[in-house]
Amino acid sequence: MKILVCVTSVPDTTAKISFTDGDTKFNKAGVTFITGPYDDYALSRAVELKEQTGGTLTVLNVGEVDSEQVIRKCLAIGADDAIRVNCEPKDSYFTAVQIATIAAQEKYDLILMGRESIDYNSGVVHGLVGEMLGIPSLSPIMKLEIDGTTAKMTREIEGGKEDIEANLPLVLGCQEPIAEWKIPNMRGIMTARTKPLRVVEPVGEDMTFTEKYMLPAPKGACKMILAENAEDLIGFLRSEAKVL
Amino acid sequence: MSVLIFTEIDNGALKKSSLEAVYYGSEVAKMKGTTATVLAIGTATDDELAKAGNFGASKVLHANDSRLANGNIQAYSDVLSLAVTQEGAETIILAMSSLGNAVAARVAAKLKASIVSNVTELPDFSNGIKVTRSIYTGKAFAKVEMRGEKQIIAVKKNAISVVESSNLAIVEPFTPTLKESDFAVKVTGTHKASGIVSLPEADLVVSAGRGLKGPENWSIVEDLANALGAATACSKPVSDLDWRPHHEHVGQTGIKVSPNLYIAAGISGAIQHLAGVNSSKVIVVINKDPEAPFFKAADYGIVGDVFDILPRLTKAVKAL
Ligand SMILES: Cc1cc2nc3c(=O)[nH]c(=O)nc-3n(C[C@H](O)[C@H](O)[C@H](O)COP(=O)(O)OP(=O)(O)OC[C@H]3O[C@@H](n4cnc5c(N)ncnc54)[C@H](O)[C@@H]3O)c2cc1C
Repeated sequence: MKILVCVTSVPDTTAKISFTDGDTKFNKAGVTFITGPYDDYALSRAVELKEQTGGTLTVLNVGEVDSEQVIRKCLAIGADDAIRVNCEPKDSYFTAVQIATIAAQEKYDLILMGRESIDYNSGVVHGLVGEMLGIPSLSPIMKLEIDGTTAKMTREIEGGKEDIEANLPLVLGCQEPIAEWKIPNMRGIMTARTKPLRVVEPVGEDMTFTEKYMLPAPKGACKMILAENAEDLIGFLRSEAKVL
Repeated sequence: MSVLIFTEIDNGALKKSSLEAVYYGSEVAKMKGTTATVLAIGTATDDELAKAGNFGASKVLHANDSRLANGNIQAYSDVLSLAVTQEGAETIILAMSSLGNAVAARVAAKLKASIVSNVTELPDFSNGIKVTRSIYTGKAFAKVEMRGEKQIIAVKKNAISVVESSNLAIVEPFTPTLKESDFAVKVTGTHKASGIVSLPEADLVVSAGRGLKGPENWSIVEDLANALGAATACSKPVSDLDWRPHHEHVGQTGIKVSPNLYIAAGISGAIQHLAGVNSSKVIVVINKDPEAPFFKAADYGIVGDVFDILPRLTKAVKAL
């Protein structure tokens, strides 16, 4: 089986978000970048599937050169090779065009990615890629088994889940508990250095343009209620906050 | 020219988040000097669907093919794009949801449309089409220009305060021809909790964390939620430990909620948890540790033991 996993390089979940250049650019100073947590679940499941069924596992990142440390980590976890499309992924449509362009040439059986990236949280790239390739796309997938050319999956729906079956090829947006996050071992880290990483230039253009970034208004002070007067909360919620 | 709103039907009625999207779409239609049309897929009566008019829609296209009973992403996206063509719509509005986003994404690719999710305000048409969206899981916002000839806007819950009228919409059947390939994906089983308030749709949420000590103690959380008519939610370790089902997990790697009221009991308030709940209008924190980081993000706080406080709050709500 030929598997592609698309990964994003995103600020660590504890990162303090700020902007520079008159609020037109993300401030990378002091920020650690990690593999998108949902993409990391997708990659972990792909490594397990490759171990079971054989075949190849490629990681694809649409990103600038500084995302190569994230790509190397994915190689250390078990991908065979990597492709980086050299541009800043600012727009979902544009990002999907890059992935679909490569996938149309390479004909993967399975294309996995996170259900959303944790920077833009759009949650649409899987669907865009599926439609661009003319194959089904499903998300958020929390369980995935491959049986020959059939995928058996569980998809989370509001208030529950549904079991799904479909033939490959497929594009899937993944989330936990599809697999446990994997940590690279020493051997993986050593071999990752020499695994092939191909850099290609992007095609097409953005369909949206981010003009300006803003931070939320600071939160007002918290009103503390003594434990012995806890019942007063309900009155405050009704008469002061007006939410009951 | 009209504005088209993609809606979801649940239990024979349009979902609450969809009705918010209808109102948002109707406001956009007014700004553009046109009318708002709703696409509703699934089983519902005409009388029920006509209520979309209360939220500003003038027409509802009702696709009620029995094969569309399950939320089929491929088929729904074909139905939506055919409706866009029939109506000559330029702007497509929907409420954020795992189904809505998946459908909208495929439609964006079919139509070569700009697509933006998590939109938190009405668009600004003064110079191009610009929307404000939440990014970094609610830690920041961005103002984004949509450059495509068609635009798809996925609206976040509570993005707009709805004003209802008594107008009714005209309901028309919509019977597009669907392809066999739309049904290549088979749903073989559905497991859905019944009779509970859906978390992404809920106005009130009672959430609990590891401070509850074990799944056997959840009745005090459920009692308060039932008294309030609220949905229940939990922190990530709670769903990881299988104390609660995964679809209750909120946070950066779970469901993002923006209800009117979020009550957090025995949750420390880790940054990844806050990221999924920080756009709630009012946050209440109950924690025995006065230093718990959650208090910094709260509107009301009680330092105390959840096993004492929650039952007392339930009693106080029942006494209202
Ligand atoms: C990449 C990544 C993504 C993550 N995503 C998420 C996410 O989406 N959602 C999420 O929730 N977490 C997420 N986490 C985990 C997060 O960092 C925290 O570990 C988690 O939120 C803690 O859950 P908790 O507050 O229930 O438990 P704890 O941190 O153990 O806190 C329990 C709290 O209960 C209080 N308490 C204990 N007993 C009582 C009592 N009797 N009465 C009152 N209070 C009591 C304690 O004082 C404490 O504050 C993520 C972590 C990582 C690394």
